[in-house]
Amino acid sequence: MAKIASAKTAAKTKSTPKGAATPISTPGPQPGKTTGPKKVHVHYLTRVEGHGNIIVDVEADGRVSTCRWEVPEAPRFFEAMLVGRDYKDVHHIVSRICGICAIGHQLASLQATEDALNINVSEQTHILRRLALHAENLQSHLLHIAYLVLPDLMGVDSILPLAATHKDAVLKFIAARRVANEFSRLICGRTTHPQRFVPGGFTMFPSTEELEALRTKLTDSLPNLDFAVDLFATLTDRFPKFERETEYVGLVSPAEYAMYWGEIGSTKDERRPVRQYRNITREYIIPTSTAKWTKNQGESYMVGALARFNLNAEHLLPRAAAAAKKLGLKKGCTNPYFITIAQLVESVHTVEESLQLVDELLTRGIRDEAPAKANIFAGRGAGAVEVPRGILFHAYEYDEQGRIFQADCVIPTNQNHANIQKDLEALVPTLTGLTEKEMELKLSMLVRAYDPCISCSTHCIDARGLDNEPQGMVRFNYK
Amino acid sequence: MAKPKIAFFDFASCEGDQLQIANLEERLLDILGHVEVVSFREVVTGHSDDYDVAFVEGSITRPEDEARLKEIRKNAKILVALGACATIGGINCLKNFQAENVYREEVYGAQARWFSTYSARPLKSVVKVDAEIHGCPIDPNEFARMTKELLQGRTPWIPDFPVCVECKQAGNVCRYEMGRMCLGIITRAGCKAACVTEGAHCWGCRGLAPGANLDAARIVMDRAGSDRKATQDLLRFFLGDTGAAL
Repeated sequence: MAKIASAKTAAKTKSTPKGAATPISTPGPQPGKTTGPKKVHVHYLTRVEGHGNIIVDVEADGRVSTCRWEVPEAPRFFEAMLVGRDYKDVHHIVSRICGICAIGHQLASLQATEDALNINVSEQTHILRRLALHAENLQSHLLHIAYLVLPDLMGVDSILPLAATHKDAVLKFIAARRVANEFSRLICGRTTHPQRFVPGGFTMFPSTEELEALRTKLTDSLPNLDFAVDLFATLTDRFPKFERETEYVGLVSPAEYAMYWGEIGSTKDERRPVRQYRNITREYIIPTSTAKWTKNQGESYMVGALARFNLNAEHLLPRAAAAAKKLGLKKGCTNPYFITIAQLVESVHTVEESLQLVDELLTRGIRDEAPAKANIFAGRGAGAVEVPRGILFHAYEYDEQGRIFQADCVIPTNQNHANIQKDLEALVPTLTGLTEKEMELKLSMLVRAYDPCISCSTHCIDARGLDNEPQGMVRFNYK
Repeated sequence: MAKPKIAFFDFASCEGDQLQIANLEERLLDILGHVEVVSFREVVTGHSDDYDVAFVEGSITRPEDEARLKEIRKNAKILVALGACATIGGINCLKNFQAENVYREEVYGAQARWFSTYSARPLKSVVKVDAEIHGCPIDPNEFARMTKELLQGRTPWIPDFPVCVECKQAGNVCRYEMGRMCLGIITRAGCKAACVTEGAHCWGCRGLAPGANLDAARIVMDRAGSDRKATQDLLRFFLGDTGAAL
């Protein structure tokens, strides 16, 4: 660990563009051995979506006493915005919760609306939606693996310096991600806030030729993913050794690696239908931190790629199962830093399953079908899909005009906040004696592993307090 | 000549516009060859307050956001609003039509008073904005073109005609011919009528076209059979901060 941290420090100094300030340390001594009392404050964690801070309190004897995870993202009040809106507009509004998982939000929303208004969609619609979900998960996972996490493992501060030193690898990642984006474009139209989904079905369909081209592209991207697996197999020992037992929650299905539908499964609890999601998510609000937190059986639970893997690993398709083996990822893994590894395994699985789904569509023949008709009546419904960061719930109650009476969205990152905090607490004893830089790296890598999508946390609140300091990345506050 | 320094910032938003930029892929590397990125929190560790061009995404939704935005304005030679939340307030303004205590309690219940918030607004209602890249999300091609024009010291061009012009060029059947509503008649073009082409209708995310005739638009919508509530829904979707919303 210490070795990697120092490698990062060295590379950081080299790779920082001329004229740009290195991560700022104000006030107090320059990075070195920690001698408290002081606060290590990772202000606005980088390479995550949204704003988050890590605050570490160091006592006078150099012992780390507490570690806190805070989210100062601006609140946006989506659930309130939905009230009174027509069922046809709802998924377009919630899409704007998150630019990265816009498709996942639209799909969970459509499921909830269709459940409430009793709309039955066709088999073809389900296949196309599953493909859309795969496309988004693939592009998001690759963004996280290559752009956000790989720099930490290589000891640099972004993918940009790697473009010079590891050009071949970077180009392979970019190529794989471009395929994911093209995949998404082909099924959904525009990839961010797509326009083709409507309650009951689709407004536009890919052509047979497009699907055949997609099949070729996906097949061609498998070697790039194999390359990524081989690369990460050599890097897994650079993740901190850290284990903490927790509860893993995600969709489960008897027949497949559940992403698009299923029941809510848990490693420590019984299975529940999606409509009973509130029995699992049990949201609560705390004043010192941020978004709503959740807990189920224990103090916290984890959702996301590692949770899905721990619940569904036996349903992985062969190439993904082989990748997991090569990467040393086994069912029951309790190291949160390995979320990234689980994402890589899922990326392979996603391409494999997408190829099957494309073949199925081609065999059936794609039909230009009208969306299923909606029946307008007062009703309630819930939907759940697995988005890149974990299980996402939308639940709506409609009035007799088909307008939202009440809405609830439970976002994966909100479900992970409590687990991140518990992980940080468990990391505390291992931090004493580390330099500020080492501490910063170890802690930010942990939070980054969760791929937190903080702007997604619809109920985020300000925890920053009256702090008008310029926004440096790191700040050392002496008590 | 030193490369211009650019920085990215965001307020209340989904960060989808910064994602559109990341999605330029190889072309992003080309652009990055001509600039020095000193702050792009979503992708890069490290930050500096020394920058020439600031791209700012998101709406202003809290009093304390204003101080941060003014600081960015002070540091930047050129401030560019990125995406609908920043240029017109966008979807965040939906909450402006509800009483503050209502939307707060809807989300936070009894703890509603813990968190500060006020009506969502675009950047230009707080500071001077030098250029606007419209859309929800922005069009990555338009971003690339406008950034190039900015770097050449030119004023970036944005269309001053409505979406209908590009919609005809795209060969779409007019939504009004299909008995549906559409805001293309009053919305600034530049998106190549992306949403209509994908089977939806124009939502107005690029803001009002200069000189948009709202009275005439209302008559067109009435004649097409839109009831008052449906018209209001559509006009509030993105245009809540403009005079168009009822």
